[in-house]
Amino acid sequence: MEYTAAQSGFRQQHNMRLRNSSMDGSDGSQLFDDTSATGPGAQGVYRNQQADPQAAGLPGQSLLSDPMSNLAMAYGSSLASQGREMVDKNLDRFIPISKLKYYFAVDTVYVGKKLGILVFPYMHQNWEVSYQQDIPVAPRFDVNAPDLYIPTMGFITYILVAGLALGTQNRFSPELLGVQASSALVWLIMEVLAVLLSLYLVTVNTDLTTIDLLAFSGYKYVGMILGVVAGLLFGKLAYYLSLLWCCAAIFVFMIRTLRLKLLSEAAAEGKLVRGARNQLRMYLTMSIAAAQPVFMYWLTYHLVR
Amino acid sequence: MAFTLYSLIQAAILCINAVAVLHEERFLSKIGWGVDQSVGGFGDEPGIKVQLMNLIRSVRTVMRGACFFLLRIFSHLTVSG
Repeated sequence: MEYTAAQSGFRQQHNMRLRNSSMDGSDGSQLFDDTSATGPGAQGVYRNQQADPQAAGLPGQSLLSDPMSNLAMAYGSSLASQGREMVDKNLDRFIPISKLKYYFAVDTVYVGKKLGILVFPYMHQNWEVSYQQDIPVAPRFDVNAPDLYIPTMGFITYILVAGLALGTQNRFSPELLGVQASSALVWLIMEVLAVLLSLYLVTVNTDLTTIDLLAFSGYKYVGMILGVVAGLLFGKLAYYLSLLWCCAAIFVFMIRTLRLKLLSEAAAEGKLVRGARNQLRMYLTMSIAAAQPVFMYWLTYHLVR
Repeated sequence: MAFTLYSLIQAAILCINAVAVLHEERFLSKIGWGVDQSVGGFGDEPGIKVQLMNLIRSVRTVMRGACFFLLRIFSHLTVSG
């Protein structure tokens, strides 16, 4: 860590202030003393006597021979590491950082294959997520695993493309970007909450986490971007055609992915299983998949006029 | 429709409030949704109606407990603003 001279000067004054206020608060002039080389000798001796017992235990820094800077740097670095520990501990309580890291462990090959499956899911044969001792394998190694990289990038790209589309209609202003972003985010949150609620009501025993649902709901941004870009380049007909294609693709993708997660074993293999519960699960899968094209159209029709 | 996060929070507060004010005796029992009518669904198939009734009851319990004051203060701040 590097401390500029001004910063170390500030920390030295802070140090002095702390120690002086605990020992003798009457000497106001010492607080603002300049600690450069032109300091008076008596005060320099006083400080050195105080600083040395504490500087003895510090790791030797041969760059700065002044024990005051040693002390200041050690104090500052311990303060910084304490602060970072506290932030990490508190942040980990609200947002599970380690779990999030799993969803961003992607590489180029995975992203390419996944985008291909999102647009053309008809040839893909094996939709199972592979596990490794009960832990799902990282997306880098399994193309069926959900990730958060594509949804995040898709969301940001969608906002930019929306700004571009609004610009071609002469309706653009920088505030509109924020409006589009928050609007799309709100729809995403509502969709995830609705899916969570319906999963709770149907009492499905599944290992789908909230972040998984967020990832699945974010995959539709890819289709939306393709539709809007086609509409910008080639006109309204191209927009409708490509949106239709991407809606069908997302529909099939969602059904094939969710079928393995939500339905029971027998039903997932295609056999007709009777029973109200399985029927309910089937309806749930279909409705989640059918909501995607609706959202895709809803969020893009005003961009292509 | 231009939504904002703010309107989402407002809508969520109003919805939770609406669920929490469904009175147990005066209303829910009359339409057969009281919690005393939900016992009996043993086994592994509670069904949607039982889950909904449990959800309403738990929202009411949480609202009457700690969340009551929090949400009241929050709704005063947001709805008036």
